[in-house]
Amino acid sequence: MSNPQQLRYSKEHEWLSAAEDGVSTVGITEHAANALGDVVYVQLPEVGDTVTAGETCGELESTKSVSDLYSPVTGEIVEANQDVVDDPSLVNSAPFEGGWLFKVRVAQEPEDLLSAAEYTDFAS
Amino acid sequence: MSNAPRLTALDALHRSLGATMTDFAGWDMPLRYTSERDEHHAVRTRAGLFDLSHMGEITVTGPQAAALLDYALVGNIGGVATGRARYTMICREDGGILDDLIVYRLADTEYMVVANASNAQTVLDALTDRAADFDAAVRDDRDAYALIAVQGPESPGILGSLTDADLEGLKYYAGLPGTVAGVPALIARTGYTGEDGFELFVEPRHAQALWRALTEAGAPAGLVPCGLSCRDTLRLEAGMPLYGHELTTSLTPFDAGLGRVVKFEKEGDFVGRKALEAAAERAGANPPRRLVGLVARGRRVPRAGMTVVAGGEAVGEVTSGAPSPTLGKPLAMAYVDTAHAEPGTEGVGVDIRGTHEPYEVVALPFYRRRK
Repeated sequence: MSNPQQLRYSKEHEWLSAAEDGVSTVGITEHAANALGDVVYVQLPEVGDTVTAGETCGELESTKSVSDLYSPVTGEIVEANQDVVDDPSLVNSAPFEGGWLFKVRVAQEPEDLLSAAEYTDFAS
Repeated sequence: MSNAPRLTALDALHRSLGATMTDFAGWDMPLRYTSERDEHHAVRTRAGLFDLSHMGEITVTGPQAAALLDYALVGNIGGVATGRARYTMICREDGGILDDLIVYRLADTEYMVVANASNAQTVLDALTDRAADFDAAVRDDRDAYALIAVQGPESPGILGSLTDADLEGLKYYAGLPGTVAGVPALIARTGYTGEDGFELFVEPRHAQALWRALTEAGAPAGLVPCGLSCRDTLRLEAGMPLYGHELTTSLTPFDAGLGRVVKFEKEGDFVGRKALEAAAERAGANPPRRLVGLVARGRRVPRAGMTVVAGGEAVGEVTSGAPSPTLGKPLAMAYVDTAHAEPGTEGVGVDIRGTHEPYEVVALPFYRRRK
């Protein structure tokens, strides 16, 4: 699997897009999606919620287990992906595209986010 | 026992197929190859191929093999005809379930007992111990067999293309020796999926050749390799108990709603008879809890150990839970206080991480195949 170059990554296996007008998109990586197995339920933060870098903001449930969803940045939620709530399998089939989870207006970014190459090393 | 996981004869094949492996009762087993949901649907609609070599085979032979098993197990094993199999249990003197088993009668004086991987040593020890006064030998055959299962509606056609054995005449819970793809096998019509299917006991050195032949023969019918993850959702939908979840040493077969496996009418004493007679009476008159099915009204998934609630009170405990690929919603099996165990009981929920999620109480199984 390849991790897109233009994204940055957290050690909790979330990805973060470059901000456009201060807003970044967040999802989980293909590595994380494969480790979870088929995702069957996604609980996302709601629009207007404040999320904090490194803290839980939702959950992802797969056949075998439930996992916390962590926010890679601090900020305010401006959109949650309703498509993925309706069809959680998007997390498995298109983790970097249609399976994105939420958009956040970034207030603060931690300094330890990883590049694609660093994350690939980290996750291998 | 060493801590290194045991590997089945098919280990290299699983890895070459890209399986995600998991530790299961000390064995490194395939959890899934691709999507466990796709594997599940394949078994329900077409066919799936499983490596079940972790199961524990124990052979019992001798003039008193039947008498020993009638004494050691709760079922009427002497009454099983040669070539047939029986689902049964082995209990402690106090009636607690040590394991659930399938016993195949291979010949007049030869049986194969198949135990769960996690309990194989316990069952072997108990049978050996209970054999002391019988003219019968108990043999550990765990390393003598690999076990490959073909499950699903297409499985008779797939297997039939590789064997001359009379599959038409092979009934559910029967087993006969035969040859599959040139490999000597005990062919059994058993499984743990709620579908028609077969389990093939073969020498480990033949396992790879058999797996490859089945893969090739099954490809046109849509057969795929399947891991333990979908095996668990398949058996859950079919309402089949799993040892360590629905069955434990602190429960009798009657507590688990499986009192029918206990045959009091058989001749002679058997281990646990006295305690089980009391358990039967208790279960008939005033059962404290009953095993029920729960179907989610929402989408959060119940897991083993979660509390079943009603009116803010704990009324039971989930023993198995998973999202059901066939029904498209989360399901659970749970032991629930009798007052809340009737199908349709209102106001029952599961405490999922602090939230009381609403659930419908239903009779088991959740899924029954069309015959």
